[in-house]
Amino acid sequence: MSEEFKIDIVNPEKSFLSKEDIIEAVVPAYEGEMGILKDHIPIISFLKPGIIKIKSKSGEDSYYVEDGIIEFKDNNLTVLTSSIFNLKNMERNKIQELLKIAEEETNNTEISDQAKYLTEQKINVLRSIN
Amino acid sequence: MASLDDLKKRITSVKSTQKITKAMKMVAAAKLKRAQDSAEKGRPYSQKMNNIILNLSNGISDKSNAPKLLSGTGNERIHLCVVMTSDRGLCGGFNANIIKKAKSYFLKLKEEGKELKIITVGSKGNDQLKRVYGDKIIENISFKDSKNANYFDAEKVGKTIIERFQKEEFDICTIFYNQFKNVITQIPQAQQIIPLNTENNDENKSEESYEFEPDEDEILSNLLPKNISTQIFKAMLENSASEQGARMSAMDNATRNAGEMVDKLTIEYNRSRQAAITKELIEIISGAESL
Repeated sequence: MSEEFKIDIVNPEKSFLSKEDIIEAVVPAYEGEMGILKDHIPIISFLKPGIIKIKSKSGEDSYYVEDGIIEFKDNNLTVLTSSIFNLKNMERNKIQELLKIAEEETNNTEISDQAKYLTEQKINVLRSIN
Repeated sequence: MASLDDLKKRITSVKSTQKITKAMKMVAAAKLKRAQDSAEKGRPYSQKMNNIILNLSNGISDKSNAPKLLSGTGNERIHLCVVMTSDRGLCGGFNANIIKKAKSYFLKLKEEGKELKIITVGSKGNDQLKRVYGDKIIENISFKDSKNANYFDAEKVGKTIIERFQKEEFDICTIFYNQFKNVITQIPQAQQIIPLNTENNDENKSEESYEFEPDEDEILSNLLPKNISTQIFKAMLENSASEQGARMSAMDNATRNAGEMVDKLTIEYNRSRQAAITKELIEIISGAESL
């Protein structure tokens, strides 16, 4: 029996990634990291800024996401996100640029606590991969 | 009749116009391919987003507690119409079609006694609407500077709309755009985005129940604003593909018409040239005969 499922990552501009041989995916869900294996129950969840790790037969990949939503159903994992980067070819300056934007955002006093929390998350993640 | 010189000048001017329209057609064709591509690539996102929302809204048992973006304000008094047009002209009936569609909708609203507010996206729509509905236009958004339709712009429009909705400036929001069918056909569309229409998609209703993290309400209230930006982005992509398609066929027509005109003028030019020669010959011959 194969233990694989399908993943689709789409962003508004295009389909970012589509693979059929996923063994395990770890996503930064809203209430903590969540690992997904085949035959997981149907779930819809938000993503917070973090790293998506995808383990497939052909290797392991990591992606940085800022936001998004995932849906898992019938062994199809759909990730909708507006900003996603492959860590492998993500450049240093890009990380620094995002970090700078995020840092400016935290200094903005008008944002809500929730937004602030998410931005702080973002900074932590960005610092860790920098 | 125009003199030979005049005809010659006209032929050259029509020819150079033809060159311009031909070049514009070529540019539009190249851009069309790209726009069409991104319109097609953008479809999965909005579709999947829609599916998730449908699944979510089906799961909500208590409709009265649902977010207002889904259930509406309970009123239907004030309508906001977002008319999306291009920033450039010379694209055939592209803008006129949207405006026509929008205007007939405005009239219907007026008959029903509803209040109307308009946001125009793209300067061409603003130009055409401000003559009649100038007092109704509350905002004009234009993306002259961005080369292609991008999500960032769509998000800006979405945020403006949501902000106004939260201030209770309107009850129902409809967007107008052209849907791209093929190069010669673009269908003007009116799509209601607030409150969201969740009824007519029964076939992909799933029986499965999802687990939600966090709970449904929170996901929904976060997702709905995003969906609005997504729908607007979709409309922008469709619009830009339609614009290029319309421009391409308009310019194709213009090139052909210019070609016909050049032919006609050339015949006229040759005729009058010949007439002049004949006239001169007759003069010479009759002069010689009289000697």
